[in-house]
Amino acid sequence: MEPVALLATIALLGAVVLLVSRPLLGGARDAEGREAERIADLLAARDAKYREIRELELDHRTGKVAEEDFRAQDRVLRAEAMVILRELDRYDPGQD
Amino acid sequence: MNPARKRQIRLTTALTCAVLLAGALVYTSFSASSEAVTPSRLLAAAQPGQSYQLTGKVVDGSVDKHRDGMTFRIRDRDGSASVPVSYTGAVPDPFRDGREVIITVRKHGDGFVGEKDSLVTKCPSKFTNEKKSDDGKAPPSGYTY
Amino acid sequence: MATVGRAALVLALAVAVYGIFASLYGARKRRRDWVDSGRNAAYALAGLSTLAFVLLEIAFLRSDFTFKTVVEHSSTTTPTFYKASASWSSQEGSLLLWLFLLSLWTAGVLYATRHRMRDVAPYATAILLGLGAFFSALLVFSASPFVTLPVAASEGAGLNPLLRHPSMMIHPPMLYAGYTLFAVPFAFAAAALIARRVDAEWITSTRRFSLAAWFFLGIGILLGARWSYAELGWGGYWAWDPVENASLLPWLTGTAFLHSVMIQEKRGMLKVWNVSLVLATGVLCVLGTFLVRSGILDSIHAFGASTLGIPFVTLIGVMIAGSIALVVSRRDVLRSEHRLDSIFSREAVFIGNNLVLVGVAFVVFWGTFFPLISEALTGTKSAVGPPWFDRYTVPLVLILVLLSGIGPVIAWRRQTRATARRSFQWPVLAAVVTTLVLLPFGVGDSIPALLMFAFAALVTGTVAQEFVRGTRARKAMSGERAPVAAVSLVRRNRRRYGGYVVHLGMALMFVGIAASSAFEHARDARLTPGQSVEVGGYTVRYVKPTARIDSEAGRVERIVFGAQVAVSRDGKSLGTLRPERGFYPPNAPVLFAQHPIASFFEGEATSEVAMDAGWRRDLWTAVAPDVGALDGRITALDEGFVRGLKQAGDSVDPQQVGALIGGALRSILKSYTDDPPPATFRVIASPMVTWIWVGGIVVFLGALIAMWPAPRGATRRADARLLARVAQDLGRA
Repeated sequence: MEPVALLATIALLGAVVLLVSRPLLGGARDAEGREAERIADLLAARDAKYREIRELELDHRTGKVAEEDFRAQDRVLRAEAMVILRELDRYDPGQD
Repeated sequence: MNPARKRQIRLTTALTCAVLLAGALVYTSFSASSEAVTPSRLLAAAQPGQSYQLTGKVVDGSVDKHRDGMTFRIRDRDGSASVPVSYTGAVPDPFRDGREVIITVRKHGDGFVGEKDSLVTKCPSKFTNEKKSDDGKAPPSGYTY
Repeated sequence: MATVGRAALVLALAVAVYGIFASLYGARKRRRDWVDSGRNAAYALAGLSTLAFVLLEIAFLRSDFTFKTVVEHSSTTTPTFYKASASWSSQEGSLLLWLFLLSLWTAGVLYATRHRMRDVAPYATAILLGLGAFFSALLVFSASPFVTLPVAASEGAGLNPLLRHPSMMIHPPMLYAGYTLFAVPFAFAAAALIARRVDAEWITSTRRFSLAAWFFLGIGILLGARWSYAELGWGGYWAWDPVENASLLPWLTGTAFLHSVMIQEKRGMLKVWNVSLVLATGVLCVLGTFLVRSGILDSIHAFGASTLGIPFVTLIGVMIAGSIALVVSRRDVLRSEHRLDSIFSREAVFIGNNLVLVGVAFVVFWGTFFPLISEALTGTKSAVGPPWFDRYTVPLVLILVLLSGIGPVIAWRRQTRATARRSFQWPVLAAVVTTLVLLPFGVGDSIPALLMFAFAALVTGTVAQEFVRGTRARKAMSGERAPVAAVSLVRRNRRRYGGYVVHLGMALMFVGIAASSAFEHARDARLTPGQSVEVGGYTVRYVKPTARIDSEAGRVERIVFGAQVAVSRDGKSLGTLRPERGFYPPNAPVLFAQHPIASFFEGEATSEVAMDAGWRRDLWTAVAPDVGALDGRITALDEGFVRGLKQAGDSVDPQQVGALIGGALRSILKSYTDDPPPATFRVIASPMVTWIWVGGIVVFLGALIAMWPAPRGATRRADARLLARVAQDLGRA
């Protein structure tokens, strides 16, 4: 094996080992991380719910959903959004 | 009619349709298919009127082009049994002596007639395959024209 | 360089295997540090495979003939543009491309979800790295692209001239991008099942990847179609060839998946169906890759029998068995949250669309694998032809286009009679008017084509109506002017309006397919200069022969014989076409020594089709010059040449020989143009083929709209407004 290739291979190996072992040397910020993840999941759920509310509204405005259907579905969706917001508030009352 | 029963009927109808369709599909695929055969099998057991999917190699030097088409012989992939085929229609670019081809044929007298435009020539994977022995040897050295 | 490449692949395999275990351990023990380490392993895999891929590309671009694969698939006479793509015309190169793309998406999706889906992501990491490990293992143990020759060769074999076409440059990477992108939703679906988190979250987190997969796979299929349309003997744009079908299968199930996930997101229904669809799509992607490479089915793309059959069959077997086991063992959590309220609802239309798409996929699957099925059942290998495929796919696709016209304007859950009338009167009118207008033109000769035109009009009508009504609603809400309102409507509802644009493009495409397959005229004719042939109302006259030599880097790349043909209709000239046929000399010294001149015509030959394409019709011409007529002259020249070389013995001056051969070739070309033998022409007049390509472009524009990330600001503002309202409700509650 020519020396340049050998050096390059060793450098590659070193970089890979460093990269994968770094998190293991970092220590635990576990509890905090878990909460942040739950919040991220909730935010995603909230955005999805908002998207749904908006889409229903657009369907209603373009004449696809009858008035009484729209009211009923909109009420349900907003109630579901509230549930998500309540839980978000529990984690971080100052959010938004 | 109560909703549960209605759903059940709907489900049954859908399933029946699916089964019928699948049945038709399976049945016709058997009746509409053409048997994939080698030249030696075709020689042994060709029925007039029946169409076959013939697979084999073009016999060296057998290709003869004329006014309204061409004739050539197809032999077994490993073997020498061959059948004559006359053909009209599109001739794929890679078609030539020794190439592996697939063609839909029917028995006609002593020979076989290829269905129009049914000739398929396999695209050789490596351009070098046939002349493998030359690999590694130097190709004609730097002539410039 | 080859050593570094090999080392990178070995390291890639090692780090992928490590990553699998780290992620699984992290997931089971709920250890975040191990999960992070597993994710970093995926990043490392991406880096290593990128390095390997770049090294191989450099070797191809530099024509480094110490690499075996470069010698076999490229040459100095291959134009630079095609040297780069020659790397993936080889088996090992294409496997490396697979790994490279897969590892990029893996790193991308893991980075995007690094703070989310804590339960699911580690399992998905393990599955994606598992696929990565499989391909790196193949590259390390059985198909290494970094095999070197003891002595560098002086010249390579060259890229197969058939593949020298711009769309061939991009077709395989696009297909592979599609295949590998589908691995992402596949892995997340399986991971969600393992972790028992089967809400819609895995769907939303991987939605862009599914869309991108569908997008790239679609482009790949379309480019392949475009290429085979421009080649002779590939049966036009679609011939139901097994390899074409193999790429269509995951696209069909993927299309079904993109629709049915909306039902799960909105209504929590069809969970089993969705996971099954995406798992099947993932399996079909690997199957497609395998089919192209294995040669188990008789296809025009025979890439030679591959040695990779057993590993691939094992992988596919594991994927299928694992998928089935997962779905069955998790059926308790996959229960539907709602029931279908009405058959007149968007859910029902989507389910219909799914059944049709899966039906088409089943037909294609059955027909493609029929040789294997019939051999297993009856002992004789039989195959079905294009008519069989058409018999089932034509009605199914008609239903599909009809449904795609109905779906967008029907409401979720249920449709009331009043809204139905309001939604459908204009589109239905458009369909009826189209039918009545087309009938006098003889379109009624083909009922499927007529129906397709009517349904396409329906789709166009619904899409137009949606845009108009949406814009009007937006205008009323925001007070913007109409064009501004239309743009902001699309910007705020990218997925919906992008989807509508896709529907429109598909309708255009199917119009092109229906018209060109129902009303095509094709003829073969043997002509001498001055003679002409009539095709579908057009007169094609062979004006004169052409001949030339193309060289690259001072060597002959190909010798081209062609024809100049004049096209006219009712005596009015429509222009000139120049179809050609190129002969690529094989770099074969043995043949050269035996008959130097003749050897130039013993390599591959490809036809360059000449086309006059337009909105109304394409006129497609190909020529097969009768080179056999030149045999006598070539033989005479060769005999003289070989005799001369023998006499000269060792004192041959290569430069002189080169000049002599050049002169001989030119004299052959001259004799061809001076005294042309009759040439065989194939002429096809095909209506509206251009619509297929234009429709395809519209489809992909629509997909781009749907994929484009929503502007950050816009969501925030909308959020703030909605938040205030929801908060109000909260206060009241």
